[in-house]
Amino acid sequence: MTEMTDSGMWLEVSSPFCGIASDDLTIKVDGNTVTVIKNGDAVTKKGFETPITDLSPRVKGQAVSLDKAVKHIADLLRTSKQPVIGGMATDLNGARSAMALADKSRATIDHMFSTHSFKNILVLQDTGWMTTTLTEVKNRVDLLLVIGSDIEVGFPRFFERMVWNKESMFNQDIESRQVVYLGTAPSGEASTSPKGKKAQVLAFDTANLPEVLSVLRALVKGKSIQAKSVGGIEVSVLTDLAEQLKNAKYSVVTWAASMLDFDHAEVTVQTICEMVKDLNLKTRSSGLPLSGKDGETTANQVSAWQSGFPMRTSFSRGYPDYDPYLANSNRMLAEDEVDTLVWISSFNIDKTPPKSTAKTIVLGRSGMAFEKEPEVFIPVGTPGIDHVGHAFRTDSVVSVPLRKLRDSGLPSTFDVLTAVEQAL
Amino acid sequence: MLKKLTGGRIYDPAHGIENEVRDIYILDGRIANRPDDTRIDEEIDVRGKVIMAGAIDMHTHIGGGKINIARTMLPEDHAADVVARTELMRSGSGHAAPSTLTAGYRYAEMGYTAGFEPAILPINARQAHMEMHDTPIIDKGGYVMLGSDDFLLRMMAANKDQESINNYVAWTMNQSHAIGVKVVNPGGINAFKFNQRKLDLDENNQFYGVTPREILLRLARAVKELGVPHPLHVHGCNLGVPGNMNTTLDTMDGIEGLPMHMTHIQFHSYGTEGDFKFSSGSAQIAEAINRHKNITVDVGQILFGQTVTASGDSMRQHAAHPHAHPNKWVCMDIECDAGCGVLPFKYKDQSYVNALQWMIGLETFLMVDDPWRVFLTTDHPNGAPFTSYPHLIRLLMDKTFRNDILSTLHPEAQKASHLASLDREYTLYEIAIMTRAGAAKLVGLADRGHLGIGGAADITVYTDDADREKMFTTPDYVFKDGTMVVKDGNLIEVTWGTTHVVKPEYDISIEKSLKPYFDKYHTQKMGNFKISDDEIIDDGRGSLTVQPLHVGGPI
Ligand SMILES: [Zn+2]
Repeated sequence: MTEMTDSGMWLEVSSPFCGIASDDLTIKVDGNTVTVIKNGDAVTKKGFETPITDLSPRVKGQAVSLDKAVKHIADLLRTSKQPVIGGMATDLNGARSAMALADKSRATIDHMFSTHSFKNILVLQDTGWMTTTLTEVKNRVDLLLVIGSDIEVGFPRFFERMVWNKESMFNQDIESRQVVYLGTAPSGEASTSPKGKKAQVLAFDTANLPEVLSVLRALVKGKSIQAKSVGGIEVSVLTDLAEQLKNAKYSVVTWAASMLDFDHAEVTVQTICEMVKDLNLKTRSSGLPLSGKDGETTANQVSAWQSGFPMRTSFSRGYPDYDPYLANSNRMLAEDEVDTLVWISSFNIDKTPPKSTAKTIVLGRSGMAFEKEPEVFIPVGTPGIDHVGHAFRTDSVVSVPLRKLRDSGLPSTFDVLTAVEQAL
Repeated sequence: MLKKLTGGRIYDPAHGIENEVRDIYILDGRIANRPDDTRIDEEIDVRGKVIMAGAIDMHTHIGGGKINIARTMLPEDHAADVVARTELMRSGSGHAAPSTLTAGYRYAEMGYTAGFEPAILPINARQAHMEMHDTPIIDKGGYVMLGSDDFLLRMMAANKDQESINNYVAWTMNQSHAIGVKVVNPGGINAFKFNQRKLDLDENNQFYGVTPREILLRLARAVKELGVPHPLHVHGCNLGVPGNMNTTLDTMDGIEGLPMHMTHIQFHSYGTEGDFKFSSGSAQIAEAINRHKNITVDVGQILFGQTVTASGDSMRQHAAHPHAHPNKWVCMDIECDAGCGVLPFKYKDQSYVNALQWMIGLETFLMVDDPWRVFLTTDHPNGAPFTSYPHLIRLLMDKTFRNDILSTLHPEAQKASHLASLDREYTLYEIAIMTRAGAAKLVGLADRGHLGIGGAADITVYTDDADREKMFTTPDYVFKDGTMVVKDGNLIEVTWGTTHVVKPEYDISIEKSLKPYFDKYHTQKMGNFKISDDEIIDDGRGSLTVQPLHVGGPI
């Protein structure tokens, strides 16, 4: 349990910001000022330490009471022909209230990172996968294959917590763990072992990943390849990698979908997942999709259990209507299909709504700056700082309890959206 | 507010009442004595109607990680059964893995007032409870899964005494808010992570040197000694493997008389006879159940059509992956704690194996003598979605109906079964035992599943109809904690049920070894692993009901 000591220190605080939900942070709270004292990183420090600037809701730029702002949102939704609830960067109860409101207001629901999430979800829905979770990685991985992703930029503590931990459950020599980067080279030293062993890097233009992975999968399956090189890499190098994978007892193949930045990346994710299945005919291997920031996992989980579908589901016909293309909020906004956008972004002041012609309502983290003042702005509390909550981490299995660390008076997204739903 | 249900025909096996005309009084959500002079606020004429307690599904996968994977991966299945929002109900979707809201509404509309999630992984318990929190009307609860978790196997490898094991089991039950303990392919999910592909009852897990038989004994004894009313809930070794009936018989003998519930026994009752090397073992299994009074079972009946199988048994689900239909599937290793596998599956009546599975399930129902020890399940959604229960009840109660369907199935399978010769038809009283009184007793619900004074007023009222499927599909009324939630088969009010738990005592000193264990090996702190009562209650809609323990103590 997160506890506050006498000196205003909170121990074992879990982070809703980092996707891997580190829960060993020590945090100091002084009034509304929050400082990460121990186990912080670039992502969590920014997450916890962003100061509160505004406390008051605004309608058309004018400060108003929360009640007034809520009423205004309800009025907009009541007359809206095509509302979208987007962003969805919130905690469990925030997501629940957004789902309830979407259902009632016949909105389309989508998350700000869906473009990336769907590189994975489409594979799950088409062929499935074999995956693992962080504690398994921490205790079992003997070969970590990183596909096209500079992990430490997005997930700074991944290696420290999951790969270069001091000991494993099964007496593994931690130093013997192998890390191989395929495509992208790491930007820092996080993947270097405690004794200085550097990751093996097989770098090439990541646009060639689809081709390279197809060949790697073929080699894993024992097919012979005529070509000498593919996508800028020697086939003999890939042959060695295929052998490494086949000889590993518990390889983990990881990727951050957000970093696979090319068209139809879902096809590449599918190749990875099918290769992992192939490996499991003889040995053990698992995929590990890395994601889960800004409520991405939480939103998809809650949506799946409440409606049966992940994000990109429309309620405009009175029932859930899932369509990853038609209900893509980016596309809808870009093509002027949306008249009212409710944008939820309670973790990160930089995640402001996309430009559009829609009347825009923002439930945002205090301190958000806008290029164009939205119709309504309500500064909401950040889950895990201003109110209690829950967040799912990247593996969709573990969720962490988030604590209220300060008394800022900012309402939660759940409070605001529930009030809107009731006012409708 | 005093309500009176006048003149119904009562089926209350917990009190030995079979088809007796009595009035029922409801006060403050409970069944009350006939009042002397209090004014009756509402009288409902139920003369001629069949009255039972609300039904209890003692094994249904309604919440947690694997069922949410099943939901996410089957948009095509949901799209064929979307449910529109009404004034009263949220929208959602149904069929194989329904959304939580739709699941709650549909259970209630079928006269069910409680459902128990049988496979709550300790590390995923929070999610299971979150999903059940969003499941309206019915009461819920679950069995926490142990037996492939590193901490237990480590204790067993170190030969820790039974008291230490009991302490760990009790601690885990408390932290994950469980009402029972389940074991799935004992030690096998763990062994799969070491690349073992099968694990027989007496086969060692290669790392710990521990066998499934030992795990079952340790856990069954822990549950008994802790006074947990629900016996150890066992999904045995070798699920789905032809010939596994011998493992199942061995498992029954090997438990040394301790209480044990063997779940979805149908999937564990296969022989290897005949041209297809796949035969029914139900006669031997049923005979053994009849003989071992410490054993209870639920059937896990399969019914034909598309569904999805979601199981903690990653080892067996992986082995079954070539049968996925449509061809997509998921297997997961989970947190050195457990695992899961999710495979869509279509049971076909013209498949020899599937047809025989259908027959094996029904044979088991009909050959187990004591309805207090056999329970009506489809292992939702693994054998079929729970919405098929009324159909299953008709199969049990109506021999002609049963044999008519039987005669259309794969002809070779018909020859391999003696189902056609089984004349038994379940009575309403026996159905009430299986789905109410027996289930409540088995799960350990003191105040549910019966119509005695002081019991919760979870009551279902049916019109007696020779078409039992019709009768059990649309009850006339369903009362949940005294509130009429269903009228003429339609939902008229949405309430929120409680979460049933037990709280066996444990010695807090166990945390002295657990805390550093979490710090060293896990990716979550022990303190954050523990689920507080507040998290279950949450926005006030949730609640906890602590059910009484039996007398425990060392055996
Ligand atoms: Zn089950």
